[in-house]
Amino acid sequence: MSRLAFYLPVAGFLALALLLWRGLFLDPKELPSMLIDKPMPQFQLRTVDGESVTNANLPEQIFLLNVWGSYCLPCLVEHPTFMRLSEEGAIPVVGVNYKDQSELAKSWLETNGNPFAFSIADANGRFGIDLGVYGAPETYLVDSEGVIRYRHVSVLDETVWAEEFLPAIAELQAGNR
Amino acid sequence: MSFSSMYVSFMASARLILLFAAYATTVPMVHAQVDTFEFQTAEQQQRFRQLSDELRCPMCQNTNLSGSSGGVAEDLRREIHRMILEGMTNTEIERFMFERYGDFIFYKPRLRMETLFLWFGPLIFLLIGGAAAIVVSRKAGETEKRNPRLDNAQREKLQALLKAKG
Repeated sequence: MSRLAFYLPVAGFLALALLLWRGLFLDPKELPSMLIDKPMPQFQLRTVDGESVTNANLPEQIFLLNVWGSYCLPCLVEHPTFMRLSEEGAIPVVGVNYKDQSELAKSWLETNGNPFAFSIADANGRFGIDLGVYGAPETYLVDSEGVIRYRHVSVLDETVWAEEFLPAIAELQAGNR
Repeated sequence: MSFSSMYVSFMASARLILLFAAYATTVPMVHAQVDTFEFQTAEQQQRFRQLSDELRCPMCQNTNLSGSSGGVAEDLRREIHRMILEGMTNTEIERFMFERYGDFIFYKPRLRMETLFLWFGPLIFLLIGGAAAIVVSRKAGETEKRNPRLDNAQREKLQALLKAKG
């Protein structure tokens, strides 16, 4: 009994310490997305090129939805990864041109290259709100049914691609079979 | 630095602090963003203020929507304005925000399965602590009973013993 009285508080303390220790390494900037396992929000917008676009235009396979803007420096950092993915035909990438002007967006794509199948123009950020976006860049992994499966906030570089997206895609493909 | 210049700079900073304290106590520290939203009634405007004060900016994290100039905060304020004019209730507007941004958007998280521990965890810890305190004080009481205080004769004897030793 006295042993229990000694070890129980010690165990409690260790459990709490472990919990708080783990909390030290959580990134408070990384908010969990509410849209995981939910279908893509409905939209009826235009691309930066002025063509009308809806959910029906989205790829009928696993694809990436990348929220970007011509004003966004980190987008330029992750840009080579999307260029590589698109050149290799690894996965379709759809852009959401978030709170930007189509003219600026188009010249940004001309200067840096266009990895996107198309870029949805979300000039006033309304579509971004439906997605739960809080700032570019953000990247969503959407499955062939149009359901959002994963979200990454901030730069998606080769490391993030290899360590977060490849496993997530493999899991989706295993589940689909 | 000479003593006099140190004194001057000390006085200057003290005055600044005093000024700031006076400002902080008289003027409420609200750095509201100036939007030009129009409302039909004062009640709508009051609800708008309340909602944008109570909802948190997802981008800047430690400010509310009304105090933030972040892009998303501006968009969300516009949405709140639209929803109020469309006649949506506060509950409906809060649900709209929750469906997109989760519990994070609330400074006061809602009571749900996932937030039960957040709400009642402190109470549980208080109960554990209280129970421990009761057990410990009871034990102390028992020890006291078993080892009652010395009476006067015993105390004198003890003093005598100590003196003899020392």
